[in-house]
Amino acid sequence: MSQTLKKWQCIVCGWIYDETEGCPEEGLAPGTRWEDVPSDWLCPDCGVGKEDFEMIEI
Amino acid sequence: MAAPLVVIGTGLAGYNLVKEFRKLDAQTPIIMITSDDGRQYSKPMLSTGFTKGKSADDLAMADAGKMADTLGIEIRTHQSVTALHTDAHEIQLGEETIAYSQLVLAMGAAPIEIPLSGFEHLYHINDLMDYARFNQAAMATVASQVGQHKKRILVMGAGLVGCEYAHDMAGAGFEVILVSPDAYPLPRLLPEECGHALMPALTSLGVELRLGHAVVSVEKKGDGIVAVLDDGSVLEADMGLSAVGLSPRTDLAKAAGLACERGIQVDRMLQTSAQDVYALGDCAEVAGLNLLYVLPLMNCARALAKTLSGQATEIRYPVMPVQVKTPSLPIVVSPAANGVTGQWQISGQSPNLKAEFRGESGNLLGYALTGECVAEKMALNKELPPMLA
Repeated sequence: MSQTLKKWQCIVCGWIYDETEGCPEEGLAPGTRWEDVPSDWLCPDCGVGKEDFEMIEI
Repeated sequence: MAAPLVVIGTGLAGYNLVKEFRKLDAQTPIIMITSDDGRQYSKPMLSTGFTKGKSADDLAMADAGKMADTLGIEIRTHQSVTALHTDAHEIQLGEETIAYSQLVLAMGAAPIEIPLSGFEHLYHINDLMDYARFNQAAMATVASQVGQHKKRILVMGAGLVGCEYAHDMAGAGFEVILVSPDAYPLPRLLPEECGHALMPALTSLGVELRLGHAVVSVEKKGDGIVAVLDDGSVLEADMGLSAVGLSPRTDLAKAAGLACERGIQVDRMLQTSAQDVYALGDCAEVAGLNLLYVLPLMNCARALAKTLSGQATEIRYPVMPVQVKTPSLPIVVSPAANGVTGQWQISGQSPNLKAEFRGESGNLLGYALTGECVAEKMALNKELPPMLA
């Protein structure tokens, strides 16, 4: 069950979402997987939606 | 056949506008024109490229050909628009004339050149091609001097770009000297205490700070440069980078008689003083605001895409904090609007500071957060008025 946690990067501004750390200041607890991030969530740096993020290697 | 939508510029503003427009309208022909190679990239990522070991090619996400295919548009690269004829709804590229139904100016801003002897020996970075030149030269320097000494890079300017590059290059093992007449880093964004909190973060990475001093001349010496400061001191470096600010590109608009102040003036519909001509991004002054950041640009791209596709949409700016890319000391700033009066109230202990800019009645007008205090961003955002309601 222990799937590795991943990192995702916004392709517009380069902001990185690290599943391990979550983003507590945006209301996402550490360990929150990308698929569990709400679909109306926006990049805190540039405001693009989830569709403009892509997964990057850890 | 109807004349195309013409977009001048293929930076973040141009490409994101067309991307948003295509979500609403797959049919209207679009021509984009750029004086560079038209590669798509993320501008903010240029500020962390050295630490991440990225060349310009690594940072390029798609070339112009791929963008043209993906978006179903025509892209003209390495071409410069020489004149706008707004009455005739035409633009001029040298001998060639192109008619437009609607025109978008997304030409960005140009690095400021200051009247300094030897300024031409300094690099500047404001787009991917600038980054390519600078990165290649910097990495070549490294390869040719392995084992001798760490490369010295002189960075001129302690604003956002200067501080981000100083941080990025020091983090990548370069020896960086940051020179600026400013007394502390980021003086246009931060109160003094917060600026001072950034200084140890930079020096612990190995950045040598020469604040309170201006460069008065630069000369070439061998493979490197020599800079003289206003106190007579002499600094030698392998390369120099000028980061003294940006100036919106308004020449073409001005020559066509469009209203310009700091940038090309547009109203809440992002329309310039000419019918069917719009502007966004770094070249535009939106309802008096010329904001050279990604968040306002993306808001403009979404609103303008709707307007161009037939749903007239006024731009509104929410609260738009700026993240400073200095990872060893995270900083987030929401600058107060120009001209508002208030006072800084600062709490916390350096380097973890919470600075609130409050008006007479205690209302929050802006803030700056450093270190661990960046976690308070969301709470403060809720208290702030939108940038443009």
